[in-house]
Amino acid sequence: MEWASWSDFWAMGGYGLYVWGSYAVTGLAIVAEIILLRHGRSQTLKRLRRMRKWEEQ
Amino acid sequence: MAFNLYYYASPATFYGLAGRLIPWFAWGAGILTLIGLYIGFFMAPTDFQQGEAYRVIFIHVPAAWMGMFIYLVMAFWSAIGLAFKTRLSFMMARALAPTGALFTFIALWTGALWGKPMWGAWWVWDARLTSTLILLFLYVGIMALWAAIDDRQRGDKAGALLTLVGVVNVPIIYFSVQWWNTLHQGASIKPSGTSMDEIMLAGMLVMAFAAWFYAIAAALVRVRTLILERERHTDWVKAILES
Repeated sequence: MEWASWSDFWAMGGYGLYVWGSYAVTGLAIVAEIILLRHGRSQTLKRLRRMRKWEEQ
Repeated sequence: MAFNLYYYASPATFYGLAGRLIPWFAWGAGILTLIGLYIGFFMAPTDFQQGEAYRVIFIHVPAAWMGMFIYLVMAFWSAIGLAFKTRLSFMMARALAPTGALFTFIALWTGALWGKPMWGAWWVWDARLTSTLILLFLYVGIMALWAAIDDRQRGDKAGALLTLVGVVNVPIIYFSVQWWNTLHQGASIKPSGTSMDEIMLAGMLVMAFAAWFYAIAAALVRVRTLILERERHTDWVKAILES
């Protein structure tokens, strides 16, 4: 373990901006993709169900 | 009973199989990420040259690997699709592209944030960086091509051709650090062995497996949506829609 305290951990030896900037954007990008995947699936199901009703009429 | 590959090549059976596999890969990715981050931040030592800045490596390298690897897998499915006209192959290619683009973007972004403190520049027109940017443009170009062509079969073919033409870029990225004099450091892991500290290497590999699991889960979710859309006139999809 390299860290004496939490503030030491967040500082990353003066490179905090670069290290946390990397991890934060990666995390956001992954979360965004997961949301889009779920949204895409539910939208597709909705659309296909609607089309199906239409075709039956 | 022997494992029958053709059985799973049918969209209907693959849909079910993918649905059962997704939670395993998703949970696997989550758990591996936690382990990888723990190793990366609490076990791996400070680098003697780069201080703490090197800790970007735990996402940068796995993301760059995935960006290249997903492209190769896409090219594989594109070739199979063109050669055998299998329906599922083109869907796999389409399902992989956004995640490949995402990882390539992450590799470039984290590279910029690593380059600034180490090289003094966010970006340089170096062979490794430029060829990786071209990879991102290829992904975006292929997705734009799919989006632009309404006819599904023509779109599949055009996208597959562009993917196969672009595949030359992958070895260029990989060997760029050897072929050209570049600012980007050379490979730390080679067939002949590694120049990395063992625990740093362990953290990086665990994160690489996490990225792999994540990419598989994401592609499977996407391919299932594509299967539903393309097979909507079949009885089994109708049954799903009515449930």
